[in-house]
Amino acid sequence: MLSVEALAFGYGAREVGAGVSFSLGAGEVLCLLGPNGGGKTTLFKTLLGLLPARAGRVRLDGEDLSRWSRRRIARAIAYVPQAHAAFFPFTVRAVVLMGRAARLAPFASPGRKDREAADAALERLGIAHLGERIYTEISGGERQMVLIARALAGEPRILVMDEPTASLDFGNQTRVLEQVRRLSATGIAVVLSTHDPGHAFLCADRVALLHGGRLVALGDPEATITPESLRRVYGVEVAVVPLPGHGRSVCTPILA
Amino acid sequence: MTRRRAMTQGTATTDAPAAAQAVPGAGRRASAAVRACLALCGLGALVLVALAAGKFPVPVAEVFAILASKLFGTAPGEATAQVVVLQVRLPRVAAALVVGAALSSAGATYQGLFRNPLVSPDILGVSAGAGLGAVLGITLALPVLAIQGLAFAGGLGAVAIVYAVGALVGRHDPVLTLVLAGVAVGAVLGSGISLLKVLADPYNQLPAITYWLLGSLSSVTLSDVLAILPAIGLGLLPLVLLRWRMNLMSLGEEEARALGIETRWLRPLLVAAATLVTAAAVSVTGVIGWIGLVVPHVARGLVGPDFRRLLPASALLGAGYLVAVDLAARTLAPIEVPLGILTALAGAPFFLWLLAAGKRGWS
Repeated sequence: MLSVEALAFGYGAREVGAGVSFSLGAGEVLCLLGPNGGGKTTLFKTLLGLLPARAGRVRLDGEDLSRWSRRRIARAIAYVPQAHAAFFPFTVRAVVLMGRAARLAPFASPGRKDREAADAALERLGIAHLGERIYTEISGGERQMVLIARALAGEPRILVMDEPTASLDFGNQTRVLEQVRRLSATGIAVVLSTHDPGHAFLCADRVALLHGGRLVALGDPEATITPESLRRVYGVEVAVVPLPGHGRSVCTPILA
Repeated sequence: MTRRRAMTQGTATTDAPAAAQAVPGAGRRASAAVRACLALCGLGALVLVALAAGKFPVPVAEVFAILASKLFGTAPGEATAQVVVLQVRLPRVAAALVVGAALSSAGATYQGLFRNPLVSPDILGVSAGAGLGAVLGITLALPVLAIQGLAFAGGLGAVAIVYAVGALVGRHDPVLTLVLAGVAVGAVLGSGISLLKVLADPYNQLPAITYWLLGSLSSVTLSDVLAILPAIGLGLLPLVLLRWRMNLMSLGEEEARALGIETRWLRPLLVAAATLVTAAAVSVTGVIGWIGLVVPHVARGLVGPDFRRLLPASALLGAGYLVAVDLAARTLAPIEVPLGILTALAGAPFFLWLLAAGKRGWS
């Protein structure tokens, strides 16, 4: 469905990364790991068409995304930013309704169908009770859920989530990852970045390790997240051990 | 912050939550209609008072009779009262309504677009540009229409320069760059105004310049008001059509684009529209500061940040505010006080209170 081919990305004259290729099928979860400054956010912005590709291309169903309008891209690929503090105290329902923008005619305001889609998205994430709350007054974990709901309201095929677990407490991190699994089960493809390799074991079908703007490893989590690969990327010692009875591994750093 | 929370909870309980739950949205829409009606009635009452009060008081009943005679051809009232109401006060009140609504709508737009509570027509250079244009016209002893035209062109030109400078200088934070460019360009235009004031004839031109820079409705005619209506209507049209999308613009450049908004043409379009509205208003009344800054804040506190409600609320509130300020300007003191002095006197302390109260409505 989505294919990234020899993509080079960066801001203006500054190249952040190059030679990145991967593909993503419907319902697949790709987890992007890598140190800060490794180019994860820049790669995401290029995927979303917010930054022009410096070389290579992003294709969706074989079509080059650089030829698509913002509106058409937004209908296919939704962006979930890190939970942030908005400037104005909109209600949660109003924030989620904004996810419908790409589905509306240029001068239209949302109608009944759009309000229903927004309510359905709130319902789907189990946060319908937050609808009338003020976005700036709810917790960080709730905000992250609201931003996911906003993305879903636009009925996208792909979600791009920039560190959705950053600055969330342990419980909320787990709830967000559960949500990612649940969404992929409905056929939505997800690309997410995280700082915790353990999260990749929890929710990803495939893992990409991004270091210095290059993909240093790409594959299923068990094969890709190894003490060697993490030492190479993060420069720290890590133990990766199987978790009995769960069919997956856990990952923990070892202090020198 | 706590105050605002208390307010939202207050409205939630008074808005009959049971009815709202039975038919989602219907209760909210009904109460919004009631509030809009109340606001319109209040504005109507204020207009009547403004037509009745002044150096030559006319009873409200007679104001009614005079308006009715004009509208329906019924028997006219006393001649002097008729002249006072229709020819002296009506143009001023009409201008106050239009200009107050225009400046407040533009201010609400600028604040949403630039996500900055300090942004107003004053700061983006519209007022300074219009001021320089008008002062130039007065210094050259041009006719009134040409002065208004120059003010208009100056306002649009100033924002165009600010926008061009902003586009040339910064890529990282376009919003902050624009605001800073606006401050710098405004300072240059201000020095141009000062230079012209030094060069102006101190007996004829300087008083006219000073008066214009402080804003006044005293010499406004009905034809002035009619002349700026097309420009104001043209400017308001995109704001009305894009009222929901304005909400998304307040999320910031990147998020709005990710949600499918083509900000590259939408932002300049909205800036141009708000500038057109401001420049048209300022061209007939002179620079009336603080309205475009303060009124949207108050409106946001009353109806929330959703631009679909914020725009009409700002327009109504701004119209009423300027009618009231103009009424004060011509009744408080034996001489007429320039509007800019009153709006600054009322606006600045209010703004400080807003700062002290923790950026209410901005969180």
